[in-house]
Amino acid sequence: MDNVTEQRPTTTTWTEPGERATTVTRRRLPRLKPGTLAGIGFVAPLAVYLGAFYAYPLYENVSMSLHRFTRATYVTGDAPYAGSGVYREVLDSAQFWPTVVQTLTFVVVSLVFQYTIGLALAVFFERSFRLSAVLRGLFLVPWLLPIIVSATTWQWMMDADSGVINRLIGVFGVDPVWWLNSDNSLWAVIIANIWLGIPFNLVILYSGLQNIPTELYEAASIDGASRWRQFRHITFPLLKPVTAVTLLLGFVYTLKVVDIIWIMTTGTGKSQTLATWAYSMAFGKGSSAVIKYSEASVVGSILLLVALVMGFVYLAVQRRQEV
Amino acid sequence: MSRLRSVQRAPWKTALGVLLTAVMLFPLYWMVNVSLTDRGAIRDAELYPRAFTFEHYRVVLGDQLPYLRTSLVVGLGTVLLTLAVAAPAGYALSKLRVPGRRLIGFLLIVAQMIPAVVMALGFYSVYNDLGVLNTLPGLILADSTIAVPFGVMLFSAFMSGIPREMLEAAHIDGASHWRTFVSIVLPISRNSAVTVALFAFLWAWSDFLFASTLNRDGGRLRPITMGLYDYIGSQNQQWGELMATAVLASIPTALLLVVAQRYISAGLTAGAVKD
Repeated sequence: MDNVTEQRPTTTTWTEPGERATTVTRRRLPRLKPGTLAGIGFVAPLAVYLGAFYAYPLYENVSMSLHRFTRATYVTGDAPYAGSGVYREVLDSAQFWPTVVQTLTFVVVSLVFQYTIGLALAVFFERSFRLSAVLRGLFLVPWLLPIIVSATTWQWMMDADSGVINRLIGVFGVDPVWWLNSDNSLWAVIIANIWLGIPFNLVILYSGLQNIPTELYEAASIDGASRWRQFRHITFPLLKPVTAVTLLLGFVYTLKVVDIIWIMTTGTGKSQTLATWAYSMAFGKGSSAVIKYSEASVVGSILLLVALVMGFVYLAVQRRQEV
Repeated sequence: MSRLRSVQRAPWKTALGVLLTAVMLFPLYWMVNVSLTDRGAIRDAELYPRAFTFEHYRVVLGDQLPYLRTSLVVGLGTVLLTLAVAAPAGYALSKLRVPGRRLIGFLLIVAQMIPAVVMALGFYSVYNDLGVLNTLPGLILADSTIAVPFGVMLFSAFMSGIPREMLEAAHIDGASHWRTFVSIVLPISRNSAVTVALFAFLWAWSDFLFASTLNRDGGRLRPITMGLYDYIGSQNQQWGELMATAVLASIPTALLLVVAQRYISAGLTAGAVKD
């Protein structure tokens, strides 16, 4: 956040010489400590809010991961303290490492394609042409629609018997694919998720491109540099800070995806990620038929830890860019 | 920032652009196509609704109106709560002295990164103790957590650009901080408020995770995303009705994109890059 202005010493640029000088010096006194009390008052709702609706639920989550909750003890509320016991069970369970690998596959493959396609589109739209603003606006639609809407549509398009995707690849002589069965489900949700993430990458990278001075390109083309060389030596290096932010935020946002996966496959088979695993254990649906609050909270706490680390990384990246 | 780039006269770019957009939006076309196709013909996967019908919409409108109403209430409630918390906080963080400002800034960033499933788990346990599972205020509170950090950051980014002299002039005229906030800062920040409100509404409208955990037994007090989810979960999936419901659930987004596109693009870039 750019609150640098706040630190600027309050100079007296507005003291006009003459009649109002006396009022000005008199009024300067309260500005020595400009409204600490008011500041606290205005920020108080947020502070209470963050405490009650972020900190407390998160505390509850971590606390659940340290106690052994079952359906019964959840109701009575006297679950025995388990320390790191539940953590060890989750880490040792046969599902843990495969799920981590699937999660990483989901995140990394999604990011690579979202970023590459987003960047290509941003470069394509960089110089405006007839209709370019309208078309760019239309590209945002998938991002803003309820995910459940997109996910349902993809689910039907990927239907093995009468989905349009199998029809399409059938035209090229490819055999129908069982997109949503347990072996292929990871790739099915990755495809849908790439589609969902393209607008986000396009928007950020496009606005990053707009901040590269045109003069650089003009100088380069006078020197006879091709469009590709311009991209490699001007666009890409100057876009690095924006790229870092895009990928970082993309990583965090992709890691927490539940809805798209849940609606398409209920997180079954290979499409189970850490987030959907936590969801299914917490609410006894999908791959976990029984409710396992504590185990779900353990996975949740792991995700929380990653979010916290990413928050620090984000700050560090930002600070380096400000210097 | 404001550079005048000449509009290229390149018909091939327009043609390619239209093609790419068509590919990108194909799933949405498919949704509409299926929603207008007669039940018996849906499995033929025709490229246009040859067996045209409005029947699915007739059925769906009868079933889903209560859910749509709930979604509207939840969306508006979330907007009000988000604005009430975010606008004053944005003012304080950008213009007033707040102890621990850096910490709050950090918390807001992390808050946006916390997986919703973790929040849902925590909320579920708290709501269970308080007995507010399956209530609208409970869902509104939970939904607002998606938008509040974004709102605070957007407001404070915008408000930090308000000239200090303007607020000082108000103080000299004897206005309190509250009056300055209400009669100067808020009117100037109207556009930011619209952007925050739009996103708070869209996110609350789209929410599936909180609704499916905190309000799953809420009967008709559940939002449209759950109405749609019911169709998905039913034994014999009626894809025509499903897609018709999906189209209905998309209406607010489509509407807001048409009416308020400039606010939306302002929010998208500001929220993502500037924070």
